Amino acid sequence: MSREKEVVKRKRMKKSGYDYAFIVFNTIFMFLFVVITLYPVINTVAISFNDGTDAVRGGIYLWPRMFSTKNYVTVLGKQNIKTAAVITVLRTVIGSILALATNALLAFVVSRKKFLFKSGVSLFWVITMYVNGGLVPVLLLYKDLHLTNSFWVYVIPGMISAFNMLVMRTYMQGIPDSLEESAQLDGAGYFTIFWKIISPLCLPVYATVTLFVAVYQWNSWFDVMLYNRMKAEYSTLQYELVKLLSSVMQQGGNANNINTTVGSGNVTPVTVRSAATVVTMLPIICLYPFLQRYFVSGLTIGGVKE
Amino acid sequence: MSQSNDATVKSRAGFRRKKQKVEEYKVPITKAEVKKQSFLIITAAIFLVYGFVFYYLPLGGWIMAFQKYKPKTGLLHSQFVGLDKFKFLFSDKTFIRVVWNTLGMGTLNLIATFIMAIVFAILLNEVRQNVLKKPIQTISYLPHFLSWVIVTGILHDALSANGIVNDIIRFFGGTPIVFFGETKYFWPIVCFANVWKETGWNAIIYLAAITSIDPCLYEAASIDGAGRWAKIKNITLPGIRPTIMILLLMNIGNVINAGFEVQYLLGNDLIKSVSDTIDIYVLTWGISQSDFSLGTAAGIFKSVVSIVLIVVANYIAKKTGEERLF
Repeated sequence: MSREKEVVKRKRMKKSGYDYAFIVFNTIFMFLFVVITLYPVINTVAISFNDGTDAVRGGIYLWPRMFSTKNYVTVLGKQNIKTAAVITVLRTVIGSILALATNALLAFVVSRKKFLFKSGVSLFWVITMYVNGGLVPVLLLYKDLHLTNSFWVYVIPGMISAFNMLVMRTYMQGIPDSLEESAQLDGAGYFTIFWKIISPLCLPVYATVTLFVAVYQWNSWFDVMLYNRMKAEYSTLQYELVKLLSSVMQQGGNANNINTTVGSGNVTPVTVRSAATVVTMLPIICLYPFLQRYFVSGLTIGGVKE
Repeated sequence: MSQSNDATVKSRAGFRRKKQKVEEYKVPITKAEVKKQSFLIITAAIFLVYGFVFYYLPLGGWIMAFQKYKPKTGLLHSQFVGLDKFKFLFSDKTFIRVVWNTLGMGTLNLIATFIMAIVFAILLNEVRQNVLKKPIQTISYLPHFLSWVIVTGILHDALSANGIVNDIIRFFGGTPIVFFGETKYFWPIVCFANVWKETGWNAIIYLAAITSIDPCLYEAASIDGAGRWAKIKNITLPGIRPTIMILLLMNIGNVINAGFEVQYLLGNDLIKSVSDTIDIYVLTWGISQSDFSLGTAAGIFKSVVSIVLIVVANYIAKKTGEERLF
């Protein structure tokens, strides 16, 4: 310990003018970075707790000026938001489970060194990362498969993604073959090997992929607009936000339209949208700090070079 | 369209695959081996059917681009018109403009997000106090997890007449700017939005690369009297150079993908001429106006450009002796 301290001390003594300038610059940079990243989020929370008509005047920064919870009462009281929240949770949970199960199984198959059609099957999936049919053919296909105007269009089409599968495969390839071989000697079939031996060792990468899929599912809105525009019962929180955003933009967000109100009481599109935004981002903001090591490792499995 | 944001990371895994191909060995196909692997083969086959339906079947729809497609007559009986739709596309001024917008914004985003991620990773690495470093890094990921809907909403608030940006301009005695009313502000706004959202996330990979640099190099440099700046320039930057090159190469193919959600959500009639991208063109013509053939043709154009960009990037990498994707 004392030696380390000494080194630190020596380093301090050595600091040149340039180094001080650098530290000052770096501190300012990091400070600005944090402020610019956090400010908009805090500002949204502040507006969401502010009285609607008062908020139109602007000038609310970090703290509400006229405190009010009416925006939340309005948002949480709306039937369409409630339905959307249920659908969002359902698509996140079902989508993640389906994606995890299928990607893991496929990754297991292509990561077996002895699998006869390994390279062919891998190539088949890698190609899907680079070539896709495009918006129109895909829409027509989903129509033919009766996936449009249904819940399943959210979870079935994107279920297996070559990227997630390859991340899992890379991880599985790192597990020693001897485990598989000894299990085979004991008479275990491939499914048993997958379920009892490989999967328990792959929990970290499973968590990573589940996280990627869950975030994607939670944040999607384009598929709602494209495939389920006519079906209000399959709308999601993000799509409700899109609608609220466009109502705010039409209103122009300026003080001339002070009388435009939605619902009753002192709420305006701006404040209602802020409240809905907070409701939508809250679960993610609360969860992601605890999942850091999973996505960091997932990205580095994906391709950092040693 | 789905998960187009993940495209950068997608290719990373693809890259890794190639590197490990070396150690493969072949098992001869025999009856006994097929029987033994029946579980693997059946599972792979089921997923092959799935993949064929959802990823390969839509490619068959490309025929529509060469037809005067009508839903009534379907793919098989619609009248073939050859390259008419493509001729129309390339003579359509709107299309030329959306291609220009897509490539312009894509390039701008690529350069800006790239530089910012590298700068942020290097500077964060120079923050010596872990008490500060960890929270800053956690905060830096936050925007990545927010949807584009939320990000555009937040941006719209900040740039509105009563938003913080105009407040600051007023404070310094300037005249407020109508950001979404003039064409010249749109590209920088989109660029900023991308930088804001992805800097911390993209920096993850560079930070990982920096950690793998041998600490001895820094110690040796310190002994030789190198300052922080000298160490960054002569050790850190060369150390992460391969990572930078690989990621740059992989992202070049994405230049043509870089733009749908922000442009769609923030665009309005006043700034349409700079905000519309190829995807929005496809959406307007292919879906809203139901000209499926034209929409498909524009989609094909995009796919082809994307593949050409990847191949060219790969070729350049080969010539310059950098790591390649294939």
